Amino acid sequence: MKNKFKYSVAILAIGFSANSYSQDLPDPLVIATEGAYPPFNYVDASGNVLGFEVDLARAMCEELKANCQFVTQDWDGIIPGLLARHYDAVVGSLYITDERKERIAFSEKYYQTPTRFVVMSDSDVEISDEGISRITIGTQRGTSFERMMRDEHPDADLRVYGSIDEAYQDLQSGRVDAVIDDVVSINENLLSQEHGGGYEMRGPEFSDPEWFGYGAGVGVHKDDKYIADAFSEAIRTIRENGTYERISNEWFGFDVYGEQ
Amino acid sequence: MDPLSGYGWMLISGFGLTLGVAISSMIGAILIGLIAASIKFSRIKIVRLIVGLYTTVIRGVPELVLLLLVYYGLPTLIQDIAGNMGYQVRLNLNPFIAGIATLSFIYGAFACEALRSAYLAIPKGQHETIIAFGFSRLRGFVWIIAPQLLRYALPALGNVWLVLLKATALISIIQLPELMRMTDMAARATRQPFTFFLVACLAYLLVTLISMWGQKYLEQWASKGIVRGAV
Amino acid sequence: MNINAIIEGLPRFIDGVIITVTYAGGSLLIGFFMAIPVALMRSSRNRFFYWFSTGYVTFFRGTPLLAQLFLVYYGAGQFHHELDVIGLWDFFREPWFCAIFTLTLNTTAYTSEIWRGGLQAIPKAEIEAARACGLSDFQLLRHIMFPRALGIGWPAYTNEVVYQIQATSLVSVISVMDITGVARSIASRDFVYYEAFLFAAALYLLLVYGFIAFSRLVEKKLHRHLKDTTT
Repeated sequence: MKNKFKYSVAILAIGFSANSYSQDLPDPLVIATEGAYPPFNYVDASGNVLGFEVDLARAMCEELKANCQFVTQDWDGIIPGLLARHYDAVVGSLYITDERKERIAFSEKYYQTPTRFVVMSDSDVEISDEGISRITIGTQRGTSFERMMRDEHPDADLRVYGSIDEAYQDLQSGRVDAVIDDVVSINENLLSQEHGGGYEMRGPEFSDPEWFGYGAGVGVHKDDKYIADAFSEAIRTIRENGTYERISNEWFGFDVYGEQ
Repeated sequence: MDPLSGYGWMLISGFGLTLGVAISSMIGAILIGLIAASIKFSRIKIVRLIVGLYTTVIRGVPELVLLLLVYYGLPTLIQDIAGNMGYQVRLNLNPFIAGIATLSFIYGAFACEALRSAYLAIPKGQHETIIAFGFSRLRGFVWIIAPQLLRYALPALGNVWLVLLKATALISIIQLPELMRMTDMAARATRQPFTFFLVACLAYLLVTLISMWGQKYLEQWASKGIVRGAV
Repeated sequence: MNINAIIEGLPRFIDGVIITVTYAGGSLLIGFFMAIPVALMRSSRNRFFYWFSTGYVTFFRGTPLLAQLFLVYYGAGQFHHELDVIGLWDFFREPWFCAIFTLTLNTTAYTSEIWRGGLQAIPKAEIEAARACGLSDFQLLRHIMFPRALGIGWPAYTNEVVYQIQATSLVSVISVMDITGVARSIASRDFVYYEAFLFAAALYLLLVYGFIAFSRLVEKKLHRHLKDTTT
């Protein structure tokens, strides 16, 4: 990296950033989120990006006096998009893991919730090493949930979907016996819905840092570590001034930050 | 009651984008096809080989894989290469442009084949006539060759268009809010996938049927100078 | 470039190749035979048969396979209680069944047009000659018309097989782990986007051109009675 010029390559469309080597935040600061993971981030029927993480990101941007813009990006492409600098940061329930840290940089965590399995209440599915190998499990492609399943239960019948919602659709139609997901998402996407009766979480909570890392953080390009640091600073500030608690209570009724 | 539960406008806007992507990609494909086809007649071996490789590879790899490669793979590939050379690159692939470029690139290979065989179908004598009448090459191409090229190529190009139209559905995977993606969103929100995907299918079918009718009309128009012998 | 991730993923890629070949081969095999009655119905004078088969062929040829897959997979999910009552849910709950079911209906529609074209292209005189030899309707179809139609339609059928091998790449959207599904999973797991998709593309190229080479051999065999025109 001796050559400190920025080249912009003219393939299809050209993006150009003038001075990311100064410590000024980009203007606008483009933030990507999946938009399909309620209540953390989602898109309503008129196309607005909403959710806990979106509100949180807005509060952080206010702290940073940054002009933030939101874009949605399918989960499959969220890290390649960041590597390709389609946007400056990801605020989309991206767990801070050692594997990911090899490719991108993170802020400190801004929430941490455990992972569990959800099953039909009257099923005799058992969440144990042996029980898991006998059932069909659905989850989202490219997530920490998929990673854990592939590493820990390589023989399980795992079905991966483009979005978590599709996994819940198949749980309800009986195509999969269990879905593995974050507990808050399980509550929001299934248990609290009118069609969510008759389902329950089962088995232990999972939070092994190898897969679930150290909570969700703001992801940035490795060369933009200063953006992540700015967000870390902002997270600390809103934790201290009560903004975080207010937003968390609004969405969940409790504090999702997890352990200090 | 509205059977689409208020999501009709989403489908309509998606449908508009689908048509926009399809038409732009078709124009791109014909341009690429023309260039590639003329290169296939080139005397320089190496460029002929490159075009041959292009059509061979495109014919053997699924559109979805090419699309994933361009949209997710290409930016990281370029960055890796640039990174190894010590440069920093910022590459902004807008899904609309990336989608159109990829589809044009894929169907350019098919358009190339269509145009090439159409060109070969033009009788040799026609070229000689151009010279005999003292036309310049350009005038000869515009007035004599191009109209016949159109006539011979229309059936095959019509097929390319029909396949391309359906392939636009794949762009939903790189998140362009075209008809398939809008349908998918509406289907999930309303939990009525059957209704919505059926409506989407019918929309594609409608364009296909109109295109087939239009193609027939165009083919008649393009061969209006031809008197068909009794069969 | 990260080759290690691909090497580590090799066993999964091999499973993917098996899935791709099975799904493409299975749907093609069933479709090849199912297409025959459809082609006969399309040429039938019975109005019901004609419109039923024409509607079916038009729908499956005029809409994107992606939309058809979603329609069948998630559409069936919407009606899972109803399907359960008539005992079909056990099939439709399986992604492999939905995938092969849709792929088969799709290829049947295309193949029936190849059969129809082949049957229509047989010179009238040959059929009359066969009748003059006293062949029954069934014998005529079995020994004269089908082999002839197959010979005429073979190049088009080769294209259909090539198309079908590539079409199977879409089953990854309904959670099937074919070549594309494996590539997408490995790509996002190890951040090896272009490596995984390039490798997948290479596998498809191998399958497609392997089949084309095989098809040339079959073509020679089909035309073995035409010694001078065999190329």
